[in-house]
Amino acid sequence: MIANYGYKDGSGEYYISIDTDKCIECPVGRACLAACPKAMFETLVDDYDDEVVCIKAQFRKSLAYDCVQCKPAGGHTRLPCTDACAPGAIRHSW
Amino acid sequence: MITAGIDMGSRTIKVVLLEDLKVEGAPQLNYAVRKAQIMFPGELDQDQAAERVYDDVLAAAGLKREDVAAVYATGAGRKQVKFAADAVTEMTAGARGAVFFFPSVRTVVDVGAEEGRGIKTDEAGKPTDFAGNEKCAAGAGSFAEAMSRALQLSLQDFGEASLKSDKTIPMNAQCTVFAESEVVSLIHASTPKEDIAKAVLDAVASRVCAMVRRVGIENDVALIGGMVHNAGFVASLKAAMGVDELKLPEMPEYVSAVGCALLAAETRH
Repeated sequence: MIANYGYKDGSGEYYISIDTDKCIECPVGRACLAACPKAMFETLVDDYDDEVVCIKAQFRKSLAYDCVQCKPAGGHTRLPCTDACAPGAIRHSW
Repeated sequence: MITAGIDMGSRTIKVVLLEDLKVEGAPQLNYAVRKAQIMFPGELDQDQAAERVYDDVLAAAGLKREDVAAVYATGAGRKQVKFAADAVTEMTAGARGAVFFFPSVRTVVDVGAEEGRGIKTDEAGKPTDFAGNEKCAAGAGSFAEAMSRALQLSLQDFGEASLKSDKTIPMNAQCTVFAESEVVSLIHASTPKEDIAKAVLDAVASRVCAMVRRVGIENDVALIGGMVHNAGFVASLKAAMGVDELKLPEMPEYVSAVGCALLAAETRH
């Protein structure tokens, strides 16, 4: 399942997509959890009893602000979370 | 076997009792809704409200708690249903329920009071992709309700009024507070209520449609949730999504509760 966490507001569309099918058998030991400087990712057991990664609820309404330090404006050319996710399960919409 | 599904929404609680009919060769007819009930809780304590509506629906169906094999809960307050054996997300429950009513459905649009979401599903009713809007109620029923109040129309009249308009007035406000002031400006400009109602519902539909486009629109498309009762919104959503038909269930606000009860039954088979 592709889970899209985020929102659209007057300034744009801010979603982090997690392909949970790629996430279930993570070959890099959930490296995304440690890679995010704001610790926005967490694991959960989904409705089908698979352990997957999701975005913590408190960050889902403020992604545009929370992710800003990892975007080009913060001096990054690549995102730490997508770099850490070897299976390529994480994508940002902006 | 009887199972129960409870959808603890942000505005209402929906309870469904599902009966296993065991009709061989007709999978979608294997279950029938025995009883469904909706409640607008008057108190803030969701635990008590869930207990009360569940006992009410059991009494109305002439059943006791021990007659029910399993209770599953869903919705924003699903964790408050302490007597539920399991809790599933709105996506899982909504997709399962929509495919139960319409087996050909592959895209589910769920618009409730406080939240809207788009769900892609497979033929078994398992979600494959979903998107919601975590931030703002501008793509949900409460937005339409707030705007109908500003126009001093009932929700039903609001929906019907919009169908009388063929004007397209873009609404730029992205939140209910700003949108309300935009509606007030339109009222002061002597814009007919019908045109304002259509503008509002077009705006809600456009936000919902943007979410659904994130997951992709694949036919057939079902609309579930309380906004199905708003004929103006249904028309606006059809136009925004560019689809000829939206599958509309007869009991749209119960679809997720039905999905829950089905999941409870299927787990026990």
